[in-house]
Amino acid sequence: MVVMKMKFPFEKRVKLAQGLWLLSWCATVAGATTFTLGCLLKTELRRRAEVMDNSDVHIVPNTLMIVGLASLGINYFASKICQDALDAGRFPRWKNFLKPYFAVSSFFTVLMLLAVIMSYAMKGSLESSLKAGLRNGIRFYKDTDTPGRCFQKQNIDRLQMEFQCCGNNDFRDWFEVQWISNRYLDFSSKEVKDRIKSNVDGRYLVDGVPFSCCNPSSPRPCIQNRLTNNSAHYNYDYQTEELNIYLRGCREALLNYYMGLMNTIGAGVLSIFLLQGSVLVSLRFLQTAMEAVAGNENTEIETEGYLLEKGVKETAMEYLNPVLTFLLLKNQVQEGTSDEAAPAAP
Amino acid sequence: MPFMSLKFNLQKRVKLAQGLWMLYWLAVIVGIIIFSLGIFFKIELRKRSEIMDNNESHLVPNLLILLGMLSCGLNAFGGKLCHESLDPQKFSKMKPMLKPYMLLSCGFNALLLLLVLLCFLMQFAVYLTLAEGLKNAIRFYKDTDTPGRCFMKRTLDMTQIEFRCCGNNNFRDWFEVQWISNRYLDMSNDVVKDRVLSNVEGKYLMDSVPFSCCNPGSPRPCIQHHLTNNSAHYDYDHRIEELNIWNRGCHQAVFSYYSSIMNSIGALLICTIILEVRLHTGLHHRPLQPVGM
Repeated sequence: MVVMKMKFPFEKRVKLAQGLWLLSWCATVAGATTFTLGCLLKTELRRRAEVMDNSDVHIVPNTLMIVGLASLGINYFASKICQDALDAGRFPRWKNFLKPYFAVSSFFTVLMLLAVIMSYAMKGSLESSLKAGLRNGIRFYKDTDTPGRCFQKQNIDRLQMEFQCCGNNDFRDWFEVQWISNRYLDFSSKEVKDRIKSNVDGRYLVDGVPFSCCNPSSPRPCIQNRLTNNSAHYNYDYQTEELNIYLRGCREALLNYYMGLMNTIGAGVLSIFLLQGSVLVSLRFLQTAMEAVAGNENTEIETEGYLLEKGVKETAMEYLNPVLTFLLLKNQVQEGTSDEAAPAAP
Repeated sequence: MPFMSLKFNLQKRVKLAQGLWMLYWLAVIVGIIIFSLGIFFKIELRKRSEIMDNNESHLVPNLLILLGMLSCGLNAFGGKLCHESLDPQKFSKMKPMLKPYMLLSCGFNALLLLLVLLCFLMQFAVYLTLAEGLKNAIRFYKDTDTPGRCFMKRTLDMTQIEFRCCGNNNFRDWFEVQWISNRYLDMSNDVVKDRVLSNVEGKYLMDSVPFSCCNPGSPRPCIQHHLTNNSAHYDYDHRIEELNIWNRGCHQAVFSYYSSIMNSIGALLICTIILEVRLHTGLHHRPLQPVGM
């Protein structure tokens, strides 16, 4: 059962070859674009690597870069093949190359689609990575004298100012950690001693946030200390004063930023996937149309082109059989030995 | 006696024409770059017009935009002239247009030279406008309820964060103005009343700075209040504690930013002048003997 048979007179074959040549050069540019988009995404993810706990989400830009490079090669060969296609003498030399070429090209094209699906699927993993990373960042904010964590304060401050956010889920995360180092606390002061004794871990907890949580758009000079104490500030009500610090949590802000970036890139890669797919389908039609010409003296006869010679299932089995035989080969040997052993037993 | 006459045979003339044609199209691209730089500079000036008192001079970016467009047009026409000089029939049609074109190009080069001078001289105007504008910005920082100055606080905060600077010349400028609005001061409080009465104009002055002066790179949580009072903070000496707030004044920071933009544009314009002069001497030699005759 042949899949998608079409008739190809000589002029149509010529038009197909010419159109395919142009399309393959467009697809080459598109492949370079995919590679660039992958590099962009990877750079953006690496810039905020300090607030991410694991790098599982890096599989998306890595896949995009691999697919971009592979599609450069695929489309280069596609343009070479369709240049030779109109010359019946030169086309047969591509005969043995085409079967593995289509297998590899289909694999990488499907991989492109998988990259887009993964960029949506990795949202949960990214969120948990950000949650753990930000929690550590807030905990180690005060450790500016510990090697390896010296720049945690600067990174968190810059992050909060740039993304206009405060804390992990919201600003109350700062109430639960000691973010002022012991080096700057006067332990002879009664107030400090009281605060430290008032909780089990002996930490100096305050209802204040760092300055980087302050919102410049607020009409009032920033209130960052004693946030929950209405009487500490004139004309201040903790429940209604909204704009003085950023209310959004940094995890939500970063997640929105990265998902927006990946959605935009995903839309672009999806259209590149369609372009690449059309290149491969046209090339397949051209190949089958030209194969029917081979052997005839008159190269301008009308031929038939098709997508798949047998049905989808049979073609899939035809490609997978070599792989399965390699794996099944061991089983066949074992079955053989057990058959020999069984009759010998009784 | 002709000015700078040279001898040309046919091959040399063809090569000259082709080389000139490519240079003309390069000059068109340079014209487009000048146009975009003019737009970029104009946008940068408008972005910060609030701290420049809204009376900054847009002469340089407007001239850049105009000269960019003029350069594209003139050089495209010059490239066309070069292309047609290879065909004697077309060339004889173009010949009457040559003299006015050369005069226009000379005028254009003179304008470019003027613009280079302006690029370097207008920096003084920017310097003075910035000084005045920042002084007013600091004064009106607290007026977030006055129409026309609602966003001064936000603009100044964002400027200090972006350019990593504090105050006009340095952070002590904040000690001389009242930057906390009366709406947020408890006038029944004794401390507040003392401070207000302690100076002639009845302003609430403190030795504090806004949060946007804080340096995130400092290892210590930001100290922005009671800056000159060593006993107000543990282990603090205000002469030694350097990094907690930005030391640089915004006047110097913003001016060096604009100065570098104007210097780069001036350097690019000088290169453009050299390219244009080269093109026009090349074209001047063309009409003496068109190719093919």
